[in-house]
Amino acid sequence: MEAAAVFEIRSSDDVVRVRQEVRARAVAAGFGLVDQTKIVTAASELARNTLDHGGGGAVRVESVSQGGRRGVRLTFEDQGPGIPDVEQALKDGFTTGRGLGLGLGGSKRLSNEFAIDSAPGRGTRVTIARWNSR
Amino acid sequence: MDRIPVLKLGDALLVTVQVDMHDRLAAALEEDLTGRIAATGAKGVLIDISSLEIVDSFIGRMLDTIAAVSRMLDADTVVVGMRPAVAITLVELGLELRGVRTALNVERGMALIGRRSDAGRGGDDGGGDRDGPAAEDIDDDGG
Ligand SMILES: Nc1ncnc2c1ncn2[C@@H]1O[C@H](COP(=O)(O)OP(=O)(O)OP(=O)(O)O)[C@@H](O)[C@H]1O
Ligand SMILES: [Mg+2]
Repeated sequence: MEAAAVFEIRSSDDVVRVRQEVRARAVAAGFGLVDQTKIVTAASELARNTLDHGGGGAVRVESVSQGGRRGVRLTFEDQGPGIPDVEQALKDGFTTGRGLGLGLGGSKRLSNEFAIDSAPGRGTRVTIARWNSR
Repeated sequence: MDRIPVLKLGDALLVTVQVDMHDRLAAALEEDLTGRIAATGAKGVLIDISSLEIVDSFIGRMLDTIAAVSRMLDADTVVVGMRPAVAITLVELGLELRGVRTALNVERGMALIGRRSDAGRGGDDGGGDRDGPAAEDIDDDGG
């Protein structure tokens, strides 16, 4: 497996593909089942946001290590409408669609690192990382 | 288009979600299920998610919607077979599926539905929370 790979997110089949790729990375990094499930779930949320709210985009999937710990880092990027108020978007229950408004806040809770960069008209980039906790 | 099969199991309908759900499949399932509830008068819907490796807010919303629509058609929804890692992740995600009942497996789920339809036969006692017999002794017909 390459250290990093980029996958397009243009359809709901792509979201499924992203989940599979992230799962494979997490397994390769030695993650236990719960850690695998958490990062794959977070990836699923963010991939769906990229598709539904960002109008499609891509994710960069990286295997990372730091001080002997292994992890997975994911960077989701789109050139969609952006998020005018990031703080509000992160609140549970906030949605501009028909969702539950849980994806963004939930994926933050499911990750060890979370960063979001977005501005109206420019698009959105969300980066998460999770480290092997074993 | 592929569809998820809906099986009749006694008073209930059983749906086994085996593939990665996507939008069209979820919409088709909602439609199939509600049609079958109306046609069969089923008192319950069991949704077996034991083969799902993750449940995200998309699947969660689908389960909630199915439960809400089924309730309007006088059927209970019980989600069965959730994996432990999925349960842990769902709580952290913040998706507690409040509108949906859960059971460990199909037998226990069937017992929940069976009890409810027995009670239903006694008359109109649908109000209030469920405070029937304790859930511990529902699997005594196993074997
Ligand atoms: N990539 C994105 N581009 C533009 N807006 C976004 C993006 N991601 C999230 N948002 C905005 O943030 C809001 C909250 O996102 P979040 O994922 O928490 O909820 P949701 O997608 O609406 O519903 P859920 O994820 O629970 O199905 C969205 O409704 C949308 O307005
Ligand atoms: Mg979302």
